[in-house]
Amino acid sequence: MTDTATTRTLVIEREMPHPPEKIWRALIEGPLIAEWLMTNDFRPVVGHRFSFRATPVGNWNGVIESEVLVVEPHARLVYSWGALGLESAVTWTLTPTEGGTHVRMEQSGFPSEEGANYKGAKYGWQKFMGNMERVVGGLD
Amino acid sequence: MQAVTDNVFRALADPTRRAIFEHLSRDGEQTVHALTDRAGVSQPAVSKHLGVLKRARLVRCRHAGRETHYSAHPQALAPLVDWMSVYGAFWRDRFDQLENLLKRMDP
Repeated sequence: MTDTATTRTLVIEREMPHPPEKIWRALIEGPLIAEWLMTNDFRPVVGHRFSFRATPVGNWNGVIESEVLVVEPHARLVYSWGALGLESAVTWTLTPTEGGTHVRMEQSGFPSEEGANYKGAKYGWQKFMGNMERVVGGLD
Repeated sequence: MQAVTDNVFRALADPTRRAIFEHLSRDGEQTVHALTDRAGVSQPAVSKHLGVLKRARLVRCRHAGRETHYSAHPQALAPLVDWMSVYGAFWRDRFDQLENLLKRMDP
């Protein structure tokens, strides 16, 4: 993940007209997370291992294995995101603004085209195809 | 580049072609005969599917005697497998859901 030559980072940012405290709840309370992301057994405790569960598709069992890495109430939340044989980390950063909160999501650790995952991992390709179908299917 | 990506998408949109590609990825090089035995469709149909996969550069072939051996070339997925765009779409959708939830929550 620290090897920038073989990983990439995805950043999505959005201004939301809600206070950080409220958005924080949506990020850390299991039933609320389930409403916008996936069913889960998340707890905001560093070191807690948990799973996100989506509907299994094809060769993918729909499970994302995660571990809580950082919990800074109302400000920063980091968890690992292991799916399809690829390990990445998801970092949420909440910054108060005049009208609400600046929400930033960074997912890092994606393999680049030069990365080992592109070269070997035949098993990963198969699972990826199932995942891609799921993601694309969810775009409707 | 766009044309290559389109070819890859089209090639993998068909479940039989996807199965052939996965089979080659998993088990390595195969002859058309061996693929036909597994595919559950006729040999001409398999050959046609292989042609589409080949144009998308997802498979390679080599001739040995009267047989043609096909192998997977998963690197050809690279232009398609843009994790940024796939996951980007995923997270943007989830951001929308998050905002919907926030609207419904008590202040």
